[in-house]
Amino acid sequence: MIDFGGWDMPVQYPAGTIEEHLAVRTSAGLFDVSHMGEIEIRGPQALELVQLITSNDAAKLAEGQIQYSALTYPEGTFVDDILVHCIRGDYFFICVNAANTEKDYEWVLRQAGNFDAEVFNTSANYSQLAIQGPKSLAVLQPLVDVDLAEIKYYWFRRGQVNGVSAMIARTGYTGEDGFEVYFDPAESERIWNEILEAGNEQGILPCGLAARNTLRLEAKMALYGNDIDQTTTLLEADLGWICKLGKGDFIGRDVLARQKEAGVQRKLVGFEVTDRGIARDHNPILIDGKEVSVVSSGSPAPFLKKNIGLAYLPIEHSTIGSPIEIDVRGRRLAAVVVQTPFYKRNK
Amino acid sequence: MATYPDNLYYTKDHEWIRAEGESGVVGVSDFAQEQLGDIVHVQLPKIGEKFSAHDTFGEVESVKTFSELYLPVSGEVIEVNELLTDSPELVNSSPYDEGWMIKIKMKDSGELDSLLSSSEYEDFIESQKED
Repeated sequence: MIDFGGWDMPVQYPAGTIEEHLAVRTSAGLFDVSHMGEIEIRGPQALELVQLITSNDAAKLAEGQIQYSALTYPEGTFVDDILVHCIRGDYFFICVNAANTEKDYEWVLRQAGNFDAEVFNTSANYSQLAIQGPKSLAVLQPLVDVDLAEIKYYWFRRGQVNGVSAMIARTGYTGEDGFEVYFDPAESERIWNEILEAGNEQGILPCGLAARNTLRLEAKMALYGNDIDQTTTLLEADLGWICKLGKGDFIGRDVLARQKEAGVQRKLVGFEVTDRGIARDHNPILIDGKEVSVVSSGSPAPFLKKNIGLAYLPIEHSTIGSPIEIDVRGRRLAAVVVQTPFYKRNK
Repeated sequence: MATYPDNLYYTKDHEWIRAEGESGVVGVSDFAQEQLGDIVHVQLPKIGEKFSAHDTFGEVESVKTFSELYLPVSGEVIEVNELLTDSPELVNSSPYDEGWMIKIKMKDSGELDSLLSSSEYEDFIESQKED
């Protein structure tokens, strides 16, 4: 167990990180992600507030729909990356990173002053379990009273999971199909055990933080604190698709609009280590013998069986095929910029 | 349950060495491989490199992290286990046999006396667990 933002969380379960990772790619895995925070915004001007504080266009959301978005600083950088769930036109449910919950809540509250909307930190009200992998639907379906096939990717429904009222969202952080289920923490142990039991025949495995990290990295999903933070802009992070400059004003919009026009000087890209060896977080990156950056996330990729990573590179060295060197504790390993995501599931 | 063969010497850093005359074969213990989890990379020295006792001679890496390998006694590398390049998981499946790491020519086999016996190492592990 390790301390993760005040939560005791297992790095891995007895099967080990590789087995857990492969279970999610080929069958199903279950993650306890109750550490994730929840912030709810309600009121007549809830949408206006969400539009001001986030970069994606929440006006496009229908009831029951979800979007990946960012809470932004005036500099166009990240307060956090988030999932915005539209419960009703005047009620938004935002899932945020655990370690950022307090900071995000304070930030949203500060922006809310002039709006007819209330902001609540409801993190303590929810357990969150993520069931991920191609067999998630088959495993979860017998336990719930809604037709999961009718929930499209990035949509949610309310329903019962073995008698417990829950929000069932078709989202995840693994690059696989799957569901994230939010419900009363009092029931979490029972539901956890019942899902594992239901998936036993399909080979479901409980998965820890290490597999969560390798899975999201293969899918090139950013990790706050590693790949994105208050110093990186959305455009540098290659997340222009959640940066809807045309939706109207939002915090950081002006900076991002100027950056878009001028072009970014650096960009978050994926690389593959071509020498033998593993690039890890924070290893220096060299081009022509000079240190230009550091690895933001680096790890073996258990499904791809490669050693991969993410890093911000000067824009002129960010094209696919560009060679870089990585200093791994004094050894210089050759690596090359590659297309991302590293892994994409067959739909 | 981890096992610790009687014919090996152990260190508190969880390496073992098996003396073969003036040579010694070095690897990591069953306890170490269990703690590390799935091993995905082993970085070993080149033949001819010389190390003192307790020097770092390589690294072993799991998905999540890496650990340094320390040489139990002084010596010169005379053989490395090339199989570990493509099959690092041998360290997990066979830590005392196929998962051996390097063979050295010992500088002074008297240094072996400062190492732990199988039972001393097992006691050491138990005492660590109690902490």
